[in-house]
Amino acid sequence: MKVKRKFFEKNDLKYTLMTVLTFVVFLMLWQVLAMNNLIVGEYTPSPSEVLEAFIFKIYNVGPDGNLLITNILTSLQISMSGFVLAVIIGVPLGLLMGWYRLLDRFVRPIFEIIRPIPAVSWIPLMIVWIGVGTEAKAVIIFLTAFIPCVLNSYTGIRQTSQALINVAKVYGASNFYTFLHVGVPSTVPMIFAGMRIALASSWSCLVAAEMLAASAGLGYMINMGRNFGRADVVVLGMIIIGFIGYIFTTVFTVIEKIVVRGGTI
Amino acid sequence: MADKVKIKVDHLTKRFGDLLVLDDISFEVKKGEFICVVGPTGCGKTTFLNLLTRIYQPSSGELYIDEEPADPKKHNISFAFQEPSAMPWLTVEENLEFGLKIKKIPKEERKKRVDRILKLLGMENLRNAYPKQLSVSEEQRVIIGRAFSTYPDLLLMDEPYGQMDIKMRFYLEDEVLKLWKEFGSTVIFITHNIEEAIYLAERVLILSNKPAKIKENLEINLSRPRDVTSEEFIELRKYVTDQIKWW
Repeated sequence: MKVKRKFFEKNDLKYTLMTVLTFVVFLMLWQVLAMNNLIVGEYTPSPSEVLEAFIFKIYNVGPDGNLLITNILTSLQISMSGFVLAVIIGVPLGLLMGWYRLLDRFVRPIFEIIRPIPAVSWIPLMIVWIGVGTEAKAVIIFLTAFIPCVLNSYTGIRQTSQALINVAKVYGASNFYTFLHVGVPSTVPMIFAGMRIALASSWSCLVAAEMLAASAGLGYMINMGRNFGRADVVVLGMIIIGFIGYIFTTVFTVIEKIVVRGGTI
Repeated sequence: MADKVKIKVDHLTKRFGDLLVLDDISFEVKKGEFICVVGPTGCGKTTFLNLLTRIYQPSSGELYIDEEPADPKKHNISFAFQEPSAMPWLTVEENLEFGLKIKKIPKEERKKRVDRILKLLGMENLRNAYPKQLSVSEEQRVIIGRAFSTYPDLLLMDEPYGQMDIKMRFYLEDEVLKLWKEFGSTVIFITHNIEEAIYLAERVLILSNKPAKIKENLEINLSRPRDVTSEEFIELRKYVTDQIKWW
């Protein structure tokens, strides 16, 4: 058994090194191309310029008027409130729709109409309804994250094995008990998959949401960077959005491993 | 007391649209009896069992447990399914407790019963394992243990060893007999394996081709442990095989 473990450790190290190598090669290539103006002319910043912008933004508010940390925290607050709201409303709604046929028939027609509408197309209406504050942005994020939360929970619970449902039925369990103790736990891996998609799309929708007359946030920082011709700030914003998205995914994977008991069904 | 009728199946009929699957089936099962049901492939054995568990409702007729129409909420019915049906997110211990929690058995008693089953199955060391970590036969044993854990009035088993190899089958058949004797449950066991039916049962119900009727109600008076190579055993096996031949 020990030999096996060592084998895996060796492989783990190999894969980690490969990942690091990808970044190194990518950054080197980028640096060389940017230094020689080989990408799209002089407006493309090199990695070293982005790094300089990063250090600059830690202590300075220019050009957008906020420190980098303020922008990050503002964006996190908006996207998290939208995401959490989507999970709180979307997951139970999907589960209940998937289990109770009557509710499904009642809600689904409206849901199917709303589903294909891109979240950003709600922006003008949001401005009219609730203005341009944090709430409006959070609602845009909510609309993006809500759909995968509902869809995955719905599909997941409908795929609950009939044999498992029958086990509970034969023991005399009520429909609600079966829903809670068989339907919901068997759907947990699918719920997590939905939440993962929701988290990624809510984070990537940030720039669009922050076009709503924001005064801080990573999307706002990117917009300001564009207005002031600061490509380095634009790219820095993009990289930070990507990096935080990556952290989200990693943290989520860890939580999923703890919560999903007994492995994937 | 030993001859008390526990289960009464009274003119049970099931139709799916125009298709008549079960035709007027009536029989009685005594308390603590072990009955095997055999029949030609596709004759409606599983439908028959699903009627007994109330997963399906009969087109006509009724099933009585202790002279009352069977009701999973009132009566203590257990089912060991053919397909893997251990809850993947629960440990072996929690799976064994699953039915007990629905039946609202107090925690202390639950623990006592689970310990007893685990000991009988010899699976104490797998108490905290998840089904995914078990072999197919181990998972099936958990399902059978779970079925016995509620001390059921009626235990229904639908080819629970269908996917096992012959060696494992022999071992598990002895194990189910051990559990049956220990708990004194009334068992209806469905199988397509005639040897298995004669090895296990006190009585074998032979069903006819679809629409299924009871073709014969055969007492098995062989002493236990039964020897599958003995002359009487082979004779009985041959006899039952002839009865279910549809060709």
